[in-house]
Amino acid sequence: MMRSVISVYVENKYGVLMRITNLFMRRGFNIDSLTVGETDDPLFSRITITIKGDENIREQLINQLKKLHNVRQVKLLEEQSSVERELMLLKVKNTPENRNEIMAAAEIYRAKIVDYKIDSMCVEVTGEPNKINAFIEVMKPLGIVEMCRTGVVALDRGSSIMDKQKNKYE
Amino acid sequence: MQNEKGKMMTGARIVIETLIEQGVTDVFGYPGGQVLNIYDELYKAGDRINHVLTAHEQGASHAADGYSRVTGKVGVVIATSGPGATNLVTGIATAMLDSIPMVAITGNVPTGLIGKDSFQEINITGVTLPITKHNYFVTDVKSLAPTIREAFRIAKSGRPGPVLIDIPKDVQTSECEFIKEDIVKPYPQIVAEDSEINKAIELINKANRPYIYIGGGAAGRAMTQDIIALAEKIDAYVGCTFMGLSAMKNSYERFLGMQGMHGRYASSMANKEADLIIGVGVRFSDRATGNVAKYSKSAKIIQLDADLSEINKNVKVDVGIVGSIVSSFGRILKGCEKKEHPEWKALVESLKAEEKRINDEAQRKSKTDMTPMNIFKVINEIKDENTVIATDVGQHQMWTAQFVDFERPRRFASSGGLGTMGYGLGAAIGAQIASKDRTVLITGDGSFGMNLNELATAVTYNTPIVIVLMNNGVLGMVRQWQTLFYGKRYSNTVLGRKTDFVKLAEAFGAVGKRASTIEEFRAAFADGMKHDGPYLIDTVIGMDEFVLPMMPPGGSVDDIITSVDLEEDNK
Repeated sequence: MMRSVISVYVENKYGVLMRITNLFMRRGFNIDSLTVGETDDPLFSRITITIKGDENIREQLINQLKKLHNVRQVKLLEEQSSVERELMLLKVKNTPENRNEIMAAAEIYRAKIVDYKIDSMCVEVTGEPNKINAFIEVMKPLGIVEMCRTGVVALDRGSSIMDKQKNKYE
Repeated sequence: MQNEKGKMMTGARIVIETLIEQGVTDVFGYPGGQVLNIYDELYKAGDRINHVLTAHEQGASHAADGYSRVTGKVGVVIATSGPGATNLVTGIATAMLDSIPMVAITGNVPTGLIGKDSFQEINITGVTLPITKHNYFVTDVKSLAPTIREAFRIAKSGRPGPVLIDIPKDVQTSECEFIKEDIVKPYPQIVAEDSEINKAIELINKANRPYIYIGGGAAGRAMTQDIIALAEKIDAYVGCTFMGLSAMKNSYERFLGMQGMHGRYASSMANKEADLIIGVGVRFSDRATGNVAKYSKSAKIIQLDADLSEINKNVKVDVGIVGSIVSSFGRILKGCEKKEHPEWKALVESLKAEEKRINDEAQRKSKTDMTPMNIFKVINEIKDENTVIATDVGQHQMWTAQFVDFERPRRFASSGGLGTMGYGLGAAIGAQIASKDRTVLITGDGSFGMNLNELATAVTYNTPIVIVLMNNGVLGMVRQWQTLFYGKRYSNTVLGRKTDFVKLAEAFGAVGKRASTIEEFRAAFADGMKHDGPYLIDTVIGMDEFVLPMMPPGGSVDDIITSVDLEEDNK
């Protein structure tokens, strides 16, 4: 099963997200993460979707995304030529025994402690998904209380841009 | 209509004015609480736009679909909120699967009542999201006219399809300025790269056994002459999918008819023997290819389609050309070399001879003259090139596909992709109203039972439709599968009904006749084709007539079944 990151440039209108997720649902694709946000032009949003799945089905899904009326452009982002980031908030037990270890790990992972209570700490960490995963592994034995990830946002490196030209495929 | 410029109008009036502006002359529908205002405007505009009232919203949706299939125009259907809207669902899905341009307009409860489970409220844009090309929920009267225009544009662009517009009642009663505009043009299609076209030409020049395989994407466009020109130039044969029927004249000697599960022997075999398949507006559907894992493994495949997502979807192709099929096909035709393939010709001729032998054998074995093949012989003799053929779904539909002599495009309405039983009568009404030509509905007692209420509509509008009801007392196609693959356990396919279809037709105010012999059928059909109004022929056939040949489900053309001997089995 291959992991892929797909960037979708869409009109900022209600229902667009449902039209997109509906296509994934139809083919039984589980979406690992999905982020949506306005672009510099508030008429448009960028949706970043990470999925795992068969390559042929992925190609067809991308083609079907391109057909949607509200979709302007779809791009498969290659790992080597794009930047991926994710943010996580992680709440961990704060005890005299593990306090130093949490602080040290946070330091190494360039994480920030954004909430400190006598029995818990909340850590904010940003980076590539692999870094986030590694940080979770370090925190696990210390007692994770709860956590929340934003999902991946990603952009192509270099000056290439996704344009808002009218969809050619509908 | 210059004086209309900038006039203040209600949303309901804007709906009707925009439909008229977009060239709509006929709409199908059913009134109700949340479309009262739209119907009020239809009443006032009765001299400019014709409304056909059906017995059920589903019938209206199929009528709009049938209307579109024979004209190529966008079919329009109107229904009220809630059950009115959900009754359109099967009709919209039917149009989606067969790429039929349609605009469905539904009313909804006022915006203040939306989301509160109000009386007859349903989220129809949510319901129809996977079965429309696009849909809209209009919340502002100012966006109403632009939305309707865009809906028409989407419906007819590229690969056509249905679009739904849901309009809450308060949007219909609010006012804004309306300025008439022109009929919208489809979005421009992609122009294929020269390199792609050249790759296709190269494959064609190298081929020894070329087979042109046409589908709904070709049938909907005026391509017949170009297809014939290419077939002649490169010495190819032509076969089609179900949706490709009527694109070619059956009498054309290079045309082998429909291939696939219930297709004709020669076309299925020619597809298998070909070393190059040129797919034109086809999706290589499972019904047409059989098991795709075994489909034409050694042949090269070229695929032309308006829809990018069709390329490589079902079958991996060697060259996929996206964009306007007509323009790409024309460029290929121009660029390829003239070829002759006498060996290929001889092979196909032998396949045609084998097909004839199989059919003759089936006829010879038959103990009655009242066979499907003979019934269609009579239909072919009496109909003319403008006769519209509509069908329901099942054995009668496949016999239609195998035996009707189609003579020109846009004279055939049948549910291919979705396979909607109950489609036929509504579609026949829409097709007849659109074409003004005599329409023949081929149906079965199972399918007809699903939406026979539309007989009332056919009588009201006095549409000259001859209904050939092939009555075998069973759900024949399912029974055929039960015979062949389920040990003759006829679970719920023997209808055991006592419906008298002749009396039923008469009760609706139509003519009803029964035909138990082929002579009776000929007399009734000839009479029906002259009758001014709906005419039903209860055509009694045996319950063990088969659609043959047949590729078994999951099988390939190598597993083709050409004859079934029931008596042999019973020994």
